[in-house]
Amino acid sequence: MPSISQPIADATPAFELKGRMLTLSVLRPLITDHNQLAAQLDARMASMPELFRHLPVVLDLEAVRGQPLALAELVDCLRQRGLIPVGVRAGDEADEAAAVAAGLGVIQLGAEPTRRPEPAREPPPNAGLVITQPVRSGQQIYARDGDLVVLASVSPGAEVLADGHIHVYGTLRGRALAGVQGNSNARIFCQNLEAELISIAGVYRISENIQETGRGRPVQIFLDGEALRVQSL
Amino acid sequence: MARIIVVTSGKGGVGKTTTSAAFAAGLAKAGHKTVVIDFDVGLRNLDLVMGCERRVVYDFVNVINGDANLNQALIKDKRLDNLYILPASQTRDKEALTQEGVGRVLEELAESFEYIICDSPAGIERGALMAAYYADDAIIVANPEVSSVRDSDRIIGILGSKTRRAERNEEPVALKLLLTRYAPSRVQKGEMLSVDDICEILAIELLGVIPESKAVLAASNAGIPVILDTESDAGQAYEDAVARYLGEDRPHRFLSEKKGFFGRLFGS
Ligand SMILES: Nc1ncnc2c1ncn2[C@@H]1O[C@H](COP(=O)(O)OP(=O)(O)OP(=O)(O)O)[C@@H](O)[C@H]1O
Ligand SMILES: [Mg+2]
Repeated sequence: MPSISQPIADATPAFELKGRMLTLSVLRPLITDHNQLAAQLDARMASMPELFRHLPVVLDLEAVRGQPLALAELVDCLRQRGLIPVGVRAGDEADEAAAVAAGLGVIQLGAEPTRRPEPAREPPPNAGLVITQPVRSGQQIYARDGDLVVLASVSPGAEVLADGHIHVYGTLRGRALAGVQGNSNARIFCQNLEAELISIAGVYRISENIQETGRGRPVQIFLDGEALRVQSL
Repeated sequence: MARIIVVTSGKGGVGKTTTSAAFAAGLAKAGHKTVVIDFDVGLRNLDLVMGCERRVVYDFVNVINGDANLNQALIKDKRLDNLYILPASQTRDKEALTQEGVGRVLEELAESFEYIICDSPAGIERGALMAAYYADDAIIVANPEVSSVRDSDRIIGILGSKTRRAERNEEPVALKLLLTRYAPSRVQKGEMLSVDDICEILAIELLGVIPESKAVLAASNAGIPVILDTESDAGQAYEDAVARYLGEDRPHRFLSEKKGFFGRLFGS
């Protein structure tokens, strides 16, 4: 950056004007009575005056819009306290005129740009997620929008989830939750059921309630109406 | 290239330090220049097991902080020429182990040692993560009980994501399971998990099975790595494990109570 004392060639751009998103503190008066507002402000500032010194603020007038507000006085009151009001937003015409007169800007936040709705598209076919390593205690794997295939075992303390089906080609010892977004057609398939918990579309069963007949063998688990069924393969 | 081996478990008191001392002594005995580092800052006891606690001047944290250089802090073993110990600090806390600092020390050690063994503290916090971060190989120490196996499983998962090899997408840390305090009679009674059960759950290579043995406590009380007690079952089991680590094919022993019985072969 050239220092100020250096002569600057004419062609050198003298400034840049950019649209920037800045985070500014916003002061939102909820009442129009200055004295009351000032008193509360003083109380708040007393605990951390440094935080407020030279703090640029935007006055958001939405809550008091249409009510008689002596904006010039409010601005003075803030300036006396070391705050630097820089603009107003959401005021009515009178407020905006008063703001300009007091040396403040008028900030147009405008409405959200209207977005054209995306044309509805068929979700692309999802090949699902294939895991070749054991899923260890403390690990969690989620196949979003599709099936989860685990070619190894799922340890106790591990959790596998899918929006679609779950296949475990080892022993399922941890938790398995299929159809987690509510797909009640999702199923769980495993070589060996020793699970801590199984769930389909939110209907779950804990280890204690999985009958011995279902344990230790290849099974599929599916929803039959409201009931979870464990069926030998 | 030096090989960095972390000895870790998740669960405490399962035999990491015993194993670190045995492996370090075993590798040195086999002719490899080896250093063993105690990462258990604040609870150091590798030096006790190695019998050099009265020769500690500087420690690992001193070297990391630049208060001492490696030559000042390394303790040379009295029995084995190739063996050195870098003790832990008893007074600092685990925050002293910075990733950058640990990396610097390991790099310097790698210039003159073939094997660097990192004796991890228990848990899955900073100390354990630092001990594991730079590892090439991991010896997962587990006892034949559910909680220990569960914690080992957890640590294996962490090694798969929180190590330098994982972060750099290099070949993953080589995982080797060492079952210790194995008591065949209690396995038979169903009080403990069997080797088969544990291998099925953890699904990693079985490096060895060390029997529950009185020789271990006797050796550590005497400050001698148990592997040097060549008469003892535990000493012999550790010797087998070191030989397997170095690529030898040895049958697993001590899987049943009967002395000298050569047990089933566990290929994996
Ligand atoms: N094979 C074995 N037979 C009998 N006792 C053993 C065996 N291995 C270890 N021990 C005993 O178990 C205790 C814990 O061993 P050690 O200190 O090696 O465990 P650690 O995993 O390093 O513990 P920590 O998590 O506290 O660092 C010691 O008293 C040790 O003597
Ligand atoms: Mg220890």
